[in-house]
Amino acid sequence: MMSNSTSVSAGKQDSKTREFHNSLVYVKQHWQLYVIFLLPALALTLIFKYIPMGGILIAFQEYNPFKGILKSKWVGFSYFQRFLSSPDFLSYLANTLKLSVFGLLWGFPVPVILAFLLNRIQSKGIKKKIQLALYLPNFISVIVLCGIVKIFLSVTGPINLLLGSQINFMTMPGAWRTIYIASGIWQGAGWGSIMYTAALANASQDLKEAAYLDGANILQQIKVVEWPAIKDIVVIQFILQAGNIMSIGFEKAYALQTDLNLASSEIISTYVYKQGLISGNFSFSTAVGLFNTVINVILLLSVNKIVAKMNEGQGL
Amino acid sequence: MDKKKFSSYGIQDKMLLLTGYTLLGLFVLAIVIPVIYIIVASFIDPVTLQNKGITFDFSKWTLTAYERVATNAQIWIGFKNAVVYSIVFTVVSVGITLLCAYPMSRVDFRGRKFFNVIFMITMFFGGGLVPTYLLIGNLGLLDSMWAVILPGAFSVWNMTIARTYYRGIPAELREAADVDGADELVYYFKILLPVCTPIIAVLALWQFVAMWNSYFDAMIYLNSSAKQPLQLVLRAILIQSKPEPGMVSDIQSTAQRAQLAELLKYATIIISSLPLLVMYPFFQKYFDSGIMAGSVKG
Repeated sequence: MMSNSTSVSAGKQDSKTREFHNSLVYVKQHWQLYVIFLLPALALTLIFKYIPMGGILIAFQEYNPFKGILKSKWVGFSYFQRFLSSPDFLSYLANTLKLSVFGLLWGFPVPVILAFLLNRIQSKGIKKKIQLALYLPNFISVIVLCGIVKIFLSVTGPINLLLGSQINFMTMPGAWRTIYIASGIWQGAGWGSIMYTAALANASQDLKEAAYLDGANILQQIKVVEWPAIKDIVVIQFILQAGNIMSIGFEKAYALQTDLNLASSEIISTYVYKQGLISGNFSFSTAVGLFNTVINVILLLSVNKIVAKMNEGQGL
Repeated sequence: MDKKKFSSYGIQDKMLLLTGYTLLGLFVLAIVIPVIYIIVASFIDPVTLQNKGITFDFSKWTLTAYERVATNAQIWIGFKNAVVYSIVFTVVSVGITLLCAYPMSRVDFRGRKFFNVIFMITMFFGGGLVPTYLLIGNLGLLDSMWAVILPGAFSVWNMTIARTYYRGIPAELREAADVDGADELVYYFKILLPVCTPIIAVLALWQFVAMWNSYFDAMIYLNSSAKQPLQLVLRAILIQSKPEPGMVSDIQSTAQRAQLAELLKYATIIISSLPLLVMYPFFQKYFDSGIMAGSVKG
């Protein structure tokens, strides 16, 4: 028994060294794959992604740029405590979550509905023209989009001219989220519908014909033919977007902020920027950012798990 | 399926179609009307624009806004920088991403799983704003073009897409190359890449547009006005309502200057958005196939 198990482990040892030897031979033979193909990407990843991960340590320090990470004083979780116990914390967290959750709930269905509608248009020419118009807003930048929003909603802008009123929408915290989400749908929904439209075009012709001959009405056709054709893509897209709830973009939120709408427009990413790079509170800002990242990772993993359960064990 | 006449639908279907098409029509109008408004408004005399909005009384039309925007140096500096950054970023980023995807696509590549984990982690977890900013500072890259280009140059997501594409290339191509004794580099550049042009075009367009439209990295890393890309110049004019000094400084009255600044916004929007809008129809087929590449998992 004894000798048997030693010989097995010796065999394991042996196969391990052989495996290692094989790897060395492989790397030597295929050095180009490592040095020319992989190394540039690996170097960028290590330098610009992993070194900053090490920099997270300053969240637990009273970081002083002149002393550096090694000599700055360690303060444990005090910056996290400061953030979590401040009255602003709940409001920024709520703003972030509301913005992305409502954005997802309102914004996600629109491209799908657009695709169903486009798919029903029988004239190819009209369909092309509508698509051209729907895709157009996707090609303007965030800054230009926000510029347009500000122009149209300004006190002297066309919306107020039309209403005959003098409402300053950009200073109303109550209007901010609606402005953000609606302009997002305006810009992205058409473009977002492309992949659904393409998947619908690929729906099985046989099924279509059969449903047609059976005299199925539109809702029945959607249920039997069209929905199955796009279901998988819808699920994947939903996971991807739901997983990004905490990483909602900085650029648009910051561009639409005014001093007076901060009550609803200050989200975690804009707060991290202001604390870190404008006020110079490096450690505090890093702590807030880390908090955000950790929640995001937890969200991603949970969403993936939920979907895996719904989708017969298949997550992302 | 044959075209179906509207009258042949059942009553429920008719209601459904009417509601649907009405909504679709409203959406299209919500896009077309503002676009037309901006185009027309950019030609209107500033006083009329502020008091009455747009008009088709052509005596109130003027090219003033375009003259002022087009003769402003900062706009052109912004354009030039945006073009340079976007092209350099596209070349560097797509090059590195395509290279990396090759070994990662090969089943025999030793260490593939390990490297995959290294790359995937960065999609979920990162150091965040301040540590990255401090790193850029320590590398001496503040106020350098490379601060905007290098940190985001390698995209794990795009690498997965390229990798999936490589895997769809028939294995016979590679076997044929092996028989000929071609080494990795020859096979990669002479045989593999040439059949991958669709995915290369897609990734290049994505990266170009992403860099062209972004402003955050430039805002935090680039201080000198000579290095500002277009979006930062636009931000001053459109978001902060601070037109470039040269555009309005000859006007004495504050009220008139404000009216003019408002008008300049419209012309600025048109001038700055035109390049991508004009480019778009030419590249539409690539964009469409790219959207499909992004919808399947890697």
